[in-house]
Amino acid sequence: MSAAQETVSAGSANTARYVIYACLIILALLYLLPLYVMITTSLKSLDEIRAGDMLALPRDPSTAAWVKAWGEACIGVTCGGIKGYFWNSIRMVVPAVVISTLLGALNGYVLTKWRFPGHKLVFGMMLFACFIPFQAVLIPMARVLGTFGLANSTAGLVFVHVVYGLGFTTLFFRNYYEAFPDELVKAAMIDGAGFFRIFWRILLPSSGPIIVVTIIYQFTNIWNDFLFGVSFSSGEASPMTVALNNLVSSSTGVKEYNVDMAAAVFAALPTLFVYVVAGRYFVRGLMAGAVKG
Amino acid sequence: MTTIEPVPVVEQRRSGPSFADRLRGTLPKIVLAPSFAIILVFVYGFILWTVYLSFTRSRILPVYDLVGLDAYYRLWSQPNWYMAMKNLAIFGVLYIGLCIAIGLFIAILMDQRIRAEGVLRPIFLYPMALSFVVTGTAWKWFLNPGLGLEKTMHNLGWESFKFDWLVNTDMAIYTVVIAGVWQASGFVMAMFLAGLRGIDGEIIKAAQIDGAPTVSIYRRIIIPLLRPVFLSAFIVLAHMAIKSYDLVIALTGGGPGNATELPSTFMYSYTFTRSQMAVGSASAVMMLMGITAIIVPYLYSELREKHQ
Repeated sequence: MSAAQETVSAGSANTARYVIYACLIILALLYLLPLYVMITTSLKSLDEIRAGDMLALPRDPSTAAWVKAWGEACIGVTCGGIKGYFWNSIRMVVPAVVISTLLGALNGYVLTKWRFPGHKLVFGMMLFACFIPFQAVLIPMARVLGTFGLANSTAGLVFVHVVYGLGFTTLFFRNYYEAFPDELVKAAMIDGAGFFRIFWRILLPSSGPIIVVTIIYQFTNIWNDFLFGVSFSSGEASPMTVALNNLVSSSTGVKEYNVDMAAAVFAALPTLFVYVVAGRYFVRGLMAGAVKG
Repeated sequence: MTTIEPVPVVEQRRSGPSFADRLRGTLPKIVLAPSFAIILVFVYGFILWTVYLSFTRSRILPVYDLVGLDAYYRLWSQPNWYMAMKNLAIFGVLYIGLCIAIGLFIAILMDQRIRAEGVLRPIFLYPMALSFVVTGTAWKWFLNPGLGLEKTMHNLGWESFKFDWLVNTDMAIYTVVIAGVWQASGFVMAMFLAGLRGIDGEIIKAAQIDGAPTVSIYRRIIIPLLRPVFLSAFIVLAHMAIKSYDLVIALTGGGPGNATELPSTFMYSYTFTRSQMAVGSASAVMMLMGITAIIVPYLYSELREKHQ
């Protein structure tokens, strides 16, 4: 290759890099746009929203809409803002995540280290449960929750989320423990350690990463759930997502776009926070749910 | 994979297994049993229950007299159901196609030894952390015909710009596609990026030494090697498309009219607001059959490959 040709190819390589960077930056801006609009709109006054430009920065940023969304906005017949629903979601998410993660860890342990004939069928059936359209269980679940007096209660929603989260938590822990050396478990058994002792002393201490992945995955899924929330709860027992939808889609009175957006920001904050703090684990959870093995 | 049998190691001198040994043998099954029972009842039992309901005449409350395929006839004679199927076809094809195309495109750009990858990656992925309801709310505002994108374009001087898809019966389903692609394409990008990083660099180097241009290296070598990722992405997106419910509800509420009806919204409204539980059940069974047709072969091949 001659010197002249080299310069030419270096030049075009540079141009190519500029194009790549330009593409990526434009795409990144497009992905950020809805979030930017959501946040700036929540900081504007209604007059400014009506008169101004969606993309403009707020002239006089105020958190009035946030205060209103949190404590005063009317959802349905009550006007106490979204704070009650926010706590509903917290009260639903925490126990559901803890219970489903714990059960998933034990299931994964049994399915990899204490195998029995038919363990594969059991796992396959639990795995398929992850993917069913929940519409196929909605009516019976509504009947059962009603019969046991759990309809329209946080306890009922916790139960539902544990049941339909079990498949995923089991999948996560099973795949993780599959790679855990059997020799360690065998050695502990020869030393006389029992089922729970091996789990507690050997498996669990090295399960840190998968516990974080599972908790984040479950937290995000359950916090973001809408279908179960809207089917099995109503009024003041609703979780955050349902309340947000009721607020935004209500057609009574003046449409307060800034309050809607502030409420949406509140609904998005917990999962965004988790994503910012532990994004790496979040992505791992998504991938584990998507690509098995 | 070797399996560990709970063999009683120490106490083999005794004639039969002691109570403790037997407990030790069944304890794992006892631990697993509640979870499995829950799945059996609340997943498989409930599915059978729903299937049964679809063969009855249930309206506002379940009734249990079998009337055959009546509900299915009624389901398939509903214009609403055809609308839902048509919309699912449009949404499914565009959503899967665009997510894969955009995801792959960004992944390839990101794979060119980009300096700011650590900054860009989270930007493409964060929509996946949001709930569909938040996404729907944000896009509903963003695409608001009066105050959103349309007005911004007018302010920028493009007076004739018109964007009323959100309230336009023919176009509303495409707003669902846009919001859906915005939410999931970054995730598909991450899947492809992981796939790209897993490709053996030697193969690419060899092709470069042979003087193959970058474009044909991608077209001929890299993209064919990503076939498993295409499959995974397709499965995940297809199953998300069939289940899509929250996004439509938050963005368009199924409207205007029934313009953005999907099987999921159809099922919900027929069961819980229109008191046609049998028809609702029949539509749920249809959705389940669709997902089963996609998921079961995939799971079967995944589980089998891993065993070999």
